Amino acid sequence: MTDHDIDRAVERLLGPAGPEATCDACFDHLDAYVDREVSAGDAEQAMPELAAHLRGCPACAEDHESLLALVRGRSR
Amino acid sequence: MIPPAQPTTATPLPRDGLLADLRGGGARHEAAIRELHAMLLRAAHFELRRRAAALAHVRAEDHADLALQAADDAFVAVMRKLPEFRGDSRFSTWAYKFALYEAAVRVRRRAWQDREVVLDPDSWLTVGDRAAGPAARYDRAELLAAIRRAIDTGLSAHQREVLIALTIQDIPIDVLAERLGSTRGALYKTLHDARRKLRAELTAAGHDLESLAP
Repeated sequence: MTDHDIDRAVERLLGPAGPEATCDACFDHLDAYVDREVSAGDAEQAMPELAAHLRGCPACAEDHESLLALVRGRSR
Repeated sequence: MIPPAQPTTATPLPRDGLLADLRGGGARHEAAIRELHAMLLRAAHFELRRRAAALAHVRAEDHADLALQAADDAFVAVMRKLPEFRGDSRFSTWAYKFALYEAAVRVRRRAWQDREVVLDPDSWLTVGDRAAGPAARYDRAELLAAIRRAIDTGLSAHQREVLIALTIQDIPIDVLAERLGSTRGALYKTLHDARRKLRAELTAAGHDLESLAP
């Protein structure tokens, strides 16, 4: 295990520092977040609690990546 | 007559008027329902293709079943929630998220279907133990030791289990929720509370967490 791996583990253990949305709230607003990312590009600034949740919740982060990829019309 | 240009996106946008037709009645409503289901099915297949590695052991015909189940459940959810759609996003983006969610949950659960979920709160104790050289630097070792103390003494047994399962053992939250008879939201609340406690204890002990991402 490298130093980077350890730091990642610590980050995952401690999660985001600030206030964050719940999983339910994340789902409710994920579409607006993604559309804002694609159109205005300022979703993280406009919806910081949702952005924090995406950093702390791997499942919601995957859902976000998929929706963003679909809306942008490309898959990995 | 020149045919319309084919959309370049992997999943085409629904036509204008789909939402109105879904909210209306008559023959156009019936056609709109079929269109919506087809749209959700395409999104479910999109998600399954993205997660193909997790389903490498699953037969191709089962992929189609998974996609159809996801589309069916997403369709029910979309129709139930339709009165709540306020136009905060494009209708297609709003509808797609239901299909992607249903497909992703199925992929995670299917990938773990034959795997035993062993909750092992002590597995975290190995973090850092195998690190050599720079990992033994005083600041990192000190932080790890403090985190261990905080996990051992500051968290309940349930918080400890959920925290380690989700962050160290990498058990997907949907899988853990299914095995524990819980929900994603309830487990994430437990995780969130555990993280807040850890942060508070570490800060009280004088550790600077500001420099840590995220």
